[in-house]
This record gives sequence, C-alpha cells and structure tokens, in this order.
Amino acid sequence: MKPYTMDFDVKARDFSSAGESSSKFRKTLLMLSIPSDIVRRASIAAYEAEMNIVIHSYGGKMHFEIYSDKIVIIAEDTGPGIKDLELAMKKGYSTAPKEVIEMGFGAGMGLPNMKRNTDTMEIVNHDESGTKIVMTINF
Amino acid sequence: MKLDEVKEILNAEVLCGHDRLSEEVNTACGADLMSDVLASKDEKSLLLTGLTNVQVVRTAEVLGDIVCIVFVRGKEPGPEILKMADSASIVVMKTDYPLLSRVFCTKMDLTVGVNFNREAVYNGF
Repeated sequence: MKPYTMDFDVKARDFSSAGESSSKFRKTLLMLSIPSDIVRRASIAAYEAEMNIVIHSYGGKMHFEIYSDKIVIIAEDTGPGIKDLELAMKKGYSTAPKEVIEMGFGAGMGLPNMKRNTDTMEIVNHDESGTKIVMTINF
Repeated sequence: MKLDEVKEILNAEVLCGHDRLSEEVNTACGADLMSDVLASKDEKSLLLTGLTNVQVVRTAEVLGDIVCIVFVRGKEPGPEILKMADSASIVVMKTDYPLLSRVFCTKMDLTVGVNFNREAVYNGF
C-alpha cells in the first residue's frame, strides 16, 4: 500500500518556526485517527529530530510516511555530522551552544528521547556530509 | 484538580483560555528544559516554567497533553506566545512564585487534592 507522505524543509537556527513540521505531522496523525499513544510517541520523536536539525545542522528536511500499520520518520541534514555517536546517545551529553541551552534545549536528551519513543531507530549516516536518521513506529 | 483551583493556589493571572478553567489536570511538571518536558509521562498536565519563548508552547502542542502553561517568576509571555497557545487550546497563566530549582523537573500527583496546597507547590517547584 502506498503511504501518505509529508515533506518539510527545516532551516538551521530558525527558532521561531522550529517544530512547525512536527506540529503539522501531529495534526495529520490525529486527522487520520491514529491511536493517541502512537501520535504522542511519533510527535516527540519527530520534534526532537527536527530540533536537532535546527540546533546542530546547516539545515535539512523531515520526511514522513504514514502506513496503515506503521509510521516512518526520516530526518536528514547537510552536515556537519555527529562526531562521537556513542557520547551523543548518552543521556545528558550535549554539544549545544549556550544560547540554545538558554532557550530550554540542548539538554542532551534528544537522541535518547527519539530512541525511547520509536520501535527502531537507525542512524544511516553521521559523517561531515550530513546525518540521516530513520525511525519506525509500529501500530 | 480543576484549573481554577490551580489559579487560586498559585495566585495566578489567567492570560488566555479564561473559558477553559473548568478543565482538569492530573499532574504538574516544573521544568526549564524542554527535553525534560518531552520525557514526561502521558497525562493531563500543568507545565510550570520560567522560559518564555515560543518553543514552550510548541513543546506543549507536540505533547498534546499539556492543558495549561504557568509562567513563573512574574514573567510576561509575548503576544505571539499567547496567540499560539490560544490556537492550540492551551490555557496560559502567570504567577509571581518562583521555580525553585532551574533544572528540576518533578511530577506531582494532583489526583489527591490534599497534596496540592500552596505549600506543596512552593516546596515542590
């Protein structure tokens, strides 16, 4: 079955519109009558991924695929990659600049929160050419 | 607990959502870090925060279970925040009470009304 797809560009450091694509994705899930616990998990994973692109990358995009039995979220950016993935996966480890932390982000919970809320999370690429993360949530 | 009781206890001023004060909240979360809020449990919650940027409302909107945001330390959120909260059906209040610890997220069981008195709020957050 062909999935329902959504695509959004995510600008680096644009905090006023950061989270808009996750918010639109969430509204679509609600409209499609997806179970509320799935909506919650998918929205959190998407939002954390989107915020990571805004905070850490040169810009990127969010791609969503909604199937009848699963949701696939793909977050992709154009660099500079994740230097130490093992550290980045640890709760509380953060490389976010001071001004981002003052906004309430960069707590070092992004990747752990994404992993916790999805059934599979694969970091396809994380070198300087960009980071690509594919997450799946099964119903 | 109903939001109008929360308003009373926190001596708060309602900034938007005056018509929704009869809504119930089951827990409260005090946090200045949005990822802590995103790691919270799935319940109808009250969010107490000292941050006043649009991301606070966006976080609440994405979670979908935050009924009300209370800005602490007398902080005044901008019109953009109120507009966004109103369209997401989130009640916004402000109080002069502080969030005692800046990076401190605690969950309080508000289902037992007696736990949620002025002293508990003050000590807990």
